[in-house]
Amino acid sequence: MTKPDQSQPAKRSKKAVLMPKQEPEIRAHNFDEVALGYTEEQALEEAERCLNCPKPQCIAGCPVELDIPEFIRLIKERKYEEAIKKIKEKNSLPAICGRVCPQEEQCQKLCVLCKIGEPTAIGRLERFAADYELKKGVETLPLPKPTGKKVAIIGAGPAGLTAAADLAKLGHEVVIFEALHVSGGVLVYGIPEFRLPKKIVEAEVNYIKKLGVKIRTDVLIGRLHTIEELFKKGFDAVFIGSGAGLPQFLRISGENFGGIYSANEFLIRVNLMKSYLFPEYDTPIRIGKKVAVIGGGNVAMDSARSALRLGADEVWIVYRRSREELPARAEEIENAEEEGIRFQFLTNPIRFIGDEHGWVKGMECIRMELGEPDASGRRRPSPIKGSEFVMDVDTVVVAVGRTPNPIIQSTTKGLETTKWGTIIADEKTGQTSIEGVFAGGDIVTGEATVISAMGAGKRAARAIHEYLMKK
Amino acid sequence: MYKIVAKRELAPKIKLFEVDAPEIAAKAGPGQFVIIRQHETGERVPLTITDYDREKGTITIVFNEVGKTTKELGTFEEGDCIRNIAGPLGNPSEIQKFGRVLCVGGGVMVAPLYLVAKALREAGNELVVVVGARIKELLIFEKEMKEIADEFYVTTDDGSEGYQGLEFLTDILAKKKFDRVVVMGPVIMMKTVSEMTKPFNVKTVVTLTPIMVDGMGMCGACRVTVKGETKFGCVDGPEFDGHQVDFDELIKRQRVYLAEERLASVFYEKLGGLASDEA
Repeated sequence: MTKPDQSQPAKRSKKAVLMPKQEPEIRAHNFDEVALGYTEEQALEEAERCLNCPKPQCIAGCPVELDIPEFIRLIKERKYEEAIKKIKEKNSLPAICGRVCPQEEQCQKLCVLCKIGEPTAIGRLERFAADYELKKGVETLPLPKPTGKKVAIIGAGPAGLTAAADLAKLGHEVVIFEALHVSGGVLVYGIPEFRLPKKIVEAEVNYIKKLGVKIRTDVLIGRLHTIEELFKKGFDAVFIGSGAGLPQFLRISGENFGGIYSANEFLIRVNLMKSYLFPEYDTPIRIGKKVAVIGGGNVAMDSARSALRLGADEVWIVYRRSREELPARAEEIENAEEEGIRFQFLTNPIRFIGDEHGWVKGMECIRMELGEPDASGRRRPSPIKGSEFVMDVDTVVVAVGRTPNPIIQSTTKGLETTKWGTIIADEKTGQTSIEGVFAGGDIVTGEATVISAMGAGKRAARAIHEYLMKK
Repeated sequence: MYKIVAKRELAPKIKLFEVDAPEIAAKAGPGQFVIIRQHETGERVPLTITDYDREKGTITIVFNEVGKTTKELGTFEEGDCIRNIAGPLGNPSEIQKFGRVLCVGGGVMVAPLYLVAKALREAGNELVVVVGARIKELLIFEKEMKEIADEFYVTTDDGSEGYQGLEFLTDILAKKKFDRVVVMGPVIMMKTVSEMTKPFNVKTVVTLTPIMVDGMGMCGACRVTVKGETKFGCVDGPEFDGHQVDFDELIKRQRVYLAEERLASVFYEKLGGLASDEA
């Protein structure tokens, strides 16, 4: 084995520059952001690792087709303002994406540096550029000449915000109708403060408002106005980005005992309603000593880490497959482990046990084993006979997925849906079965990621623009 | 922001607001509810719509000051604004000509029952109306109900006015054949009435108001067991078949946050509204 040449400084580290984080023992007791972001020096050092490939692969991995090597090149040259401008050509929510995108599954997975070590930390650099601009103050763009066309967007989540921004940049009048009292969708009701601070979401929503987009909160389309009525009110096209907001339950005995939350309820209370600040904020949350979170995705990690911060003694992730199959973002699994979240793999609950007040006190589980891969490509778990055991728990969070919100489908005549309740829409354009009505994000695909919803919003905006200009 | 255009005290601690909300007024129906959030640090609270005026563009809500939120809401005056109101939510009450309908209302829910009863009357039903409260001072909408009822009864828990308790309902049910019973009131009252009507085999509809957060089907806090199946109060209801509802489970679920509710109430009353100062 040859020794590395010590006289020449290593040109390129095999490892990405680490991002500073709050120490686990401290952050496990607060709701402040865990990852602190690169300093300028760290960003420059990491940017230097990018090879600026002549034929970059990373771009193909990005659902919004960000020109990654170019913005990294601008960071290298310390042209941070130009870097964020470059990013914003394609992505209107960069500070959010830099924090919550599963980069390891997308752009970074295709980075050529993977062959020799860790890929360029694209997400961290995107966050650096976005945070730089937020700190400095976001520049207002000159608004384009109005086209006279009006678009209604249903839902102020990642898909809707992206579609709205792109359409506004093209000169269309855009109104977003949001059912909740605040904009952001899953970014505000789902993803916790410690992973995505609300002020970041607010700042990016404000940027979209600066583009001329109007946002009306407290409007549940389907109840207050139907899609048909939106057209009568003068809108020329409608984009549905209403998301997958309905909680799935396990449908096992005892699921309605007190202390058993859907992940949606748990996270809505904690995030949207800020119940971690109760009684300063009015919405309460009750957390016990021993918490079990069922599921292995990002929502499960978010719930478990929130439970810990609310003061639970012990928090368990109970997942029916093994560690390898955990669908959560790698960084969040690592963060959860560092904070002391414990895992019960290959375990599935089969019934809940309650006390005399109807409060959960235990959970009967069964051990699982993995068989052949199923439709999702992951190995199918099946129960091991006779392996039942009881876990003592006093709080349970069920994080086994969300399904599409049915209100629009059930109030819109002629809107075709799948048997899972998702809206049928063209993958490239978002066109639904009704002329002038487009859809994208979780309402079409079922529960997926923030960035894939943004990609769908982007493609739909392009198609809506074409549709409007032909009309 | 939604402006309160009129405020009335109907009984001690029971208040009525007429609120400027033209879009909601245009769409509201009997039996539907709104979710209100009074200020930035407030919680989302469901309140059943008790009336609407499509021309004036207002909706009416009636609430009982029981917890921190409703006590604070009670301090709002005409001209003040409620931060958020979302609605109309839930399915409207089923209104058609059934024949003879028995309407039983208790406590603050007599107010939204009046709206439902009025619609049933307009649909051509014969109405027998029972309104109740704990004590006579808490009776509301007596006069209005009396006007639209073919037969009218009052009941109080302590017998301070009208009948005492609900036992007399059995006589009413035995004397006349009813085509439908509509009950809106405290869970325990809806349970009792449902049990009483069951032997008479008359369809009994109850309006459930379980704990909810978003009111749009997202949180699942409002889940109730109906005919052995889990339903969401907000999107599947709020009306359900009283003979199919698991009331005992619902009563337990209503108590989940009792300790926190008391704490918030004490904080509010003893410390003079910690949250409202911040807002």
